[in-house]
Amino acid sequence: MAFEPKIIGFLCNWCSYTGADLAGVSRIKSAPNVRVIRTMCSGRVDPSFVLKAFQIGADGVVVMGCHLGDCHYQEGNYKTIRRIPFLKRLVKDFGIDPRRLRLEWVSASEGDRFAHLVNEFTEEIRSLGPLTLSVHTELRKKTPEAVAV
Amino acid sequence: MREMTMVTANIDGKQVEVLEDTTILKAAEKAGIWIPTMCHSDYFEPYGVCRLCSVEVVRGKRSRIVTACNFPVRGGISVHTNSEKVKWIRKLIMELMLSRWPNVKVVREMAEQLGIEKPRFASLERDEAEDACILCGMCVNMCNDVVKAGVLGFAHSGIKREVVLPFSERAETCIVCGACAHVCPTGHIKMVLEDYKGKKPDFTLGPKAAIYVPTLQAVPRVPVIDTDSCIHFKTQGCEVCANVCEPKAINYDMQDEIVEIDVGQILISTGFDLFDASPMAQYGYGRLDNVYNSLEFEAILNSTGPTGGKVLMKNGREPRSVGIIHCIGSRDTNYHPYCSRVCCMYALKFAHLVHDRTNAAIYQFYIDMRAFGKGYEEFYTRLLDEGITMIRGKAAEVIEGCWQGDGEPSLMIRCEDTLIGKFREIPVDMVILCNAIEPRRDSDAVRRLFSISKSPDGFFLERHPKLDPTSTATDGVFIAGCAQGPKDIPDTVAQASSAAARILSVLAKGEVEIEPVRAMVQEEYCSGCRICNGLCPYNAIEYLEEKKISHVQEALCKGCGTCVAACPSSAMTGHGFTDAQILAELEGLMV
Repeated sequence: MAFEPKIIGFLCNWCSYTGADLAGVSRIKSAPNVRVIRTMCSGRVDPSFVLKAFQIGADGVVVMGCHLGDCHYQEGNYKTIRRIPFLKRLVKDFGIDPRRLRLEWVSASEGDRFAHLVNEFTEEIRSLGPLTLSVHTELRKKTPEAVAV
Repeated sequence: MREMTMVTANIDGKQVEVLEDTTILKAAEKAGIWIPTMCHSDYFEPYGVCRLCSVEVVRGKRSRIVTACNFPVRGGISVHTNSEKVKWIRKLIMELMLSRWPNVKVVREMAEQLGIEKPRFASLERDEAEDACILCGMCVNMCNDVVKAGVLGFAHSGIKREVVLPFSERAETCIVCGACAHVCPTGHIKMVLEDYKGKKPDFTLGPKAAIYVPTLQAVPRVPVIDTDSCIHFKTQGCEVCANVCEPKAINYDMQDEIVEIDVGQILISTGFDLFDASPMAQYGYGRLDNVYNSLEFEAILNSTGPTGGKVLMKNGREPRSVGIIHCIGSRDTNYHPYCSRVCCMYALKFAHLVHDRTNAAIYQFYIDMRAFGKGYEEFYTRLLDEGITMIRGKAAEVIEGCWQGDGEPSLMIRCEDTLIGKFREIPVDMVILCNAIEPRRDSDAVRRLFSISKSPDGFFLERHPKLDPTSTATDGVFIAGCAQGPKDIPDTVAQASSAAARILSVLAKGEVEIEPVRAMVQEEYCSGCRICNGLCPYNAIEYLEEKKISHVQEALCKGCGTCVAACPSSAMTGHGFTDAQILAELEGLMV
């Protein structure tokens, strides 16, 4: 059976979530591998969420927000653009390929862009293969059901 | 200021009391005595060029000839306006003028009035023209002293003297006010309509003065001065509008005011822009004569427009046939994929009005006929009976051609008539393009001001396309009209009324419901680091000095969660989106 990547997506409510919704309403076909968590703003995404996602078995994480200048809360995405690129450099030290973490801007009208990103990122993670961290092995030892690796 | 005293002047035996420094001309006028003038006007200061107003002034034993137009009445002077010396001078001047400009009306009339018939002289510069320039210089004075545009001036001297433009070239600074033409006594200066060859006249605005009423429907219906083009703001001259205004309502010192109003709800109905068809070279807009877009043709049809409502081509003739092309920039993968909704109906309206006002043959080039509203389909059927030719097939191009092979130039529309399955070339004299309705050029800037989004077509995004087309995702901001998407007048009115009603219902309640999603500080955990204070775009977080902790002002917080993510002590929680809730979602997703 082909490897199906598990990707967590943090989408901001106003732009990227609405954009994703538009993709759905427009019946645009896209890979089902991105599992969406809605936050009000991409600035709400705590770096610890991203790390937790990798820890419990996500093969890739994508954080999406409004385009710079368009943030519903004025400046939230500027905080995101400070945190996530820094995090990308940090996860390398944990043994995670930085390509597994992405930051993208998707506006409410960009349904097809959302679908395109989802497809593209899914294929990239598929080619990178599943993420295996030593912490997964540790966790599996403790509670095999809790970690869906 | 020197005190003005009254003096008595003696003009031809009559005593007249005037203010000191009044000119003899004005004093004589008061006394009822006429003195001939050729270069005098009340618009500007007298400058004594024609010398025709010469009079004899006696003071004591001395007498001299002066020009009445600018010689001030001083105490005790005695003026003779008809003495022998004066008559001799007038005769000389008039004969000199007659010899040079024998056919100019004002010269002949003045000569007749003064009883002078044939000149003794023959002028080397004899000019037979009836509208010759008589070098009175009134135009120069108007332009330099009154309007202060500085376009006209005298050049050369002696018999070579003439009124010229700078370097004899067309002056850029001429504001075409017509003051020179107005004051010219011979009609030598004429206002001429410029040939627009190569330049597109702006039909929607039309030629107008620097002071104008914006539109016939303007509220309030008062004129406004365009300070960029008004010459007063460049040269401090003119002021004609202020001078003629009886209630003295014109104030040049008024400044733009920026007014700040506190409001609770905002309705954005900023309208649309018309697609510019110039990039579509195949239709010849901007390149070929007599190709108009819909707004320009509306201006032509309007009785206050450039042709007074008559359907005329550039050369002033009625068109023999008119082609109306639908879907310019709409339903077009190269420009806008959407349908602009209103064009089919106004194209039919144009056809009906052209049919009403001219004998032109009318052709419609359409893809689909969208007559969706009340009475619209009936109107379309009526037009079919009026003999309008409907060609189903988008026009491919507009070229220059000739009329029915008889050599008369016209335009030609090339199209495919899909109903008969043939290519056609239709000669037309006038082409009307139905341009797409597109979002305003500054809609992105407006959008960011209010934190609202746009849909893929660029118009403002409504909260729900079916169930909530007037609200936006941002509470308190509503949209209506073409700002939300192309629509016609009945739909705009309905949408605007709905938005207004929504706003009124919120205002009537007297209180506003806010989302419970907001941040809160758990006081026990807060270390008072104040990192969150600077992060909040709404300045909702204050620092409490006595408690040494931060505190969120609930009414201001919009719930974005930026502070929650940033708090190093995890003291800040976001209701509805707490860390625990999001982590639980994560765990649930990974199953």
